[in-house]
Amino acid sequence: MKGNEALAEAAIRAGIHAYFGYPITPQSEVLEYLALEMPKRTKLLNGQNGVLLQAESELGAINMVYGAAGAGARVMISSSSPGISLMQEGISYMASAQLPCLVVNVMRGGPGLGTIQPSQGDYFQATKGGGHGDYHLPVLAPASVQEMVDFVFEGFRLAEKYRTPAMILADGALGQMMEKVTLPPEHSLPYPEKPWATTGKPKSRERNIVTSLFIEPERMEEINLQLQHKYRRMQQEVRYETIETADAEILLVAFGLSARISQKALELARERDIRVGLVRPITLYPFPTEIIAAMSHRVSSVLTVEMNAGQMVEDVRLAVNGHCPVYFKGRMGGMVPSPEEVLAEIEAIDAQVEKSV
Amino acid sequence: MQEIAAAINGLELVWKKPATMTDTPMHYCPGCGHGVAHWLLMEVVQEMGIEENVIGVAPVGCSVFAYNYMNIDMQEAAHGRACAVATGIRRVLPDKFVFSYQGDGDLAAIGTGETIHAINRGENILIVFINNGIYGMTGGQMAPTTILGQVTSTTPFGRDVAQMGYPLKITDLVAHLPGAYYVTRQAVHTAAAVRKTKKAMQLGFEYQRRKKGASFIEIVSNCPSGWKLTPAEANDWMEKNMFPNYPLGDLKVPKE
Ligand SMILES: Cc1ncc(C[n+]2csc(CCOP(=O)(O)OP(=O)(O)O)c2C)c(N)n1
Ligand code: SF4
Ligand SMILES: [Mg+2]
Repeated sequence: MKGNEALAEAAIRAGIHAYFGYPITPQSEVLEYLALEMPKRTKLLNGQNGVLLQAESELGAINMVYGAAGAGARVMISSSSPGISLMQEGISYMASAQLPCLVVNVMRGGPGLGTIQPSQGDYFQATKGGGHGDYHLPVLAPASVQEMVDFVFEGFRLAEKYRTPAMILADGALGQMMEKVTLPPEHSLPYPEKPWATTGKPKSRERNIVTSLFIEPERMEEINLQLQHKYRRMQQEVRYETIETADAEILLVAFGLSARISQKALELARERDIRVGLVRPITLYPFPTEIIAAMSHRVSSVLTVEMNAGQMVEDVRLAVNGHCPVYFKGRMGGMVPSPEEVLAEIEAIDAQVEKSV
Repeated sequence: MQEIAAAINGLELVWKKPATMTDTPMHYCPGCGHGVAHWLLMEVVQEMGIEENVIGVAPVGCSVFAYNYMNIDMQEAAHGRACAVATGIRRVLPDKFVFSYQGDGDLAAIGTGETIHAINRGENILIVFINNGIYGMTGGQMAPTTILGQVTSTTPFGRDVAQMGYPLKITDLVAHLPGAYYVTRQAVHTAAAVRKTKKAMQLGFEYQRRKKGASFIEIVSNCPSGWKLTPAEANDWMEKNMFPNYPLGDLKVPKE
């Protein structure tokens, strides 16, 4: 299946009640696929057909998500970089109001209108909050079409467990990529109770209010402390993959498509007797700091590969904390680095290491 | 309390606070129309017996704390997004009643897009639009509905067409949309006006029950603080200056 379609199919199987969207390349297929499939295959809690709505803008769409999520529905929204920028208002409000939903960003090159070619330029936006105020989203970075499927389930699990918007940070290439996938059975993700949802106030309970307004600073600080506590708890969800790290001298760190390219470069390097390993962060937030910190004591150097000007490399440097040199290789603006380019970088680092021994 | 009980002993009870209102004291300025509009809406909700099935959406504006006063489930929307939030709620809870309550800045400036499109889609929601011709909450700046010549803190020489364009008659505009089922313009400053507005709110919820599309009730109101007038002066000024620009009455009524 194609990445975008696999994602959409997974959303149906995850039992979404509603999807709100606005067309943008390279992920319009998600909206198109769901427009075709959702009416017959998804149901609301009252048994009526699931909701698919093409909104007037991403701003409208994300605020529809706010309303629907606040009313207790399982909701997904997807877009690409410029559209995700427009959604930041709603995402910040949902982080504060503690509403679960799944936001998918199939990134394209920027800044501005940029290009429709794949990029990883929204790492900062995704992992450091994105909108105003102190908040984070759990961020999952798929590197295959299978993970596009799996992370829809994982994304909803995290969103509902922690009552927060969660994000899948993919890129245009993954959205268009064709790969074999195993799909989970339909409706295999249980619905948690949402006693806080605004569904109409029965006499038996106090009214439910969904809000991000806490006008007294003492109360607002309390809410912030609650959020920070939640983000600390979320650290236990950290996920990453290690490839050939046991004997590695040079450690690559890369996520998503860059990780696939880096893995290819790793194989080429090993053919040349350069011992390279790879850490692939799967959750970008929480970030796999510990494994990178531990590895930094065992390797001579670290090379971070990204499709941007160097964003995740800042988190890698924080993890490495000066224990070894950290290098960066990146392409921008929709350009994808080739395994050979990464290999050249590895060879240059290797030559330097040789020299210094 | 005992003093109050003694003072009212023997008097006829003519109005009782609906149970759909909380006991929280309102923060509105003396003479402000927001308070009256709130209790009217909640009175209608109670009388129609829909309090367990209604979800309200509060805006950003002076009525941002509407949910402190309305004893029902509510959501607080970002500035201007109430119609989108109401859409989201109503779409996933199609058997419930949903209303938005919005000021002129919220509905007709920053939220124009969300408003027009929700109505044009014929969302089954009731939109209560409080037009006081000013941004009350932020201290009296120009609103899209500020009338020509009106002095505000950002139009210190009066609103001038060359500079700021014309007052936006958003209600006239939405009445043209096929998704709008019922569009009316009312007030809440006299007993007679209150009765008409209440009737309009009942119709709005009734049409929603029948899934007829969007109902839109503009309430031409005041802002004594923002206008820098006493409550009585403000109501006079409203009648003399606002009503000619925003004449009261129905703009679109269903042919039934
Ligand atoms: C995005 C954003 N921009 C600006 C504001 C500041 N703000 C709060 S209320 C308001 C205007 C409210 O005016 P109106 O909708 O007419 O309501 P009123 O207070 O008059 O009832 C503004 C500009 C905000 N909260 N959010
Ligand atoms: S500022 Fe104006 S709109 Fe706000 S409460 Fe006071 S009188 Fe009412
Ligand atoms: Mg106003």
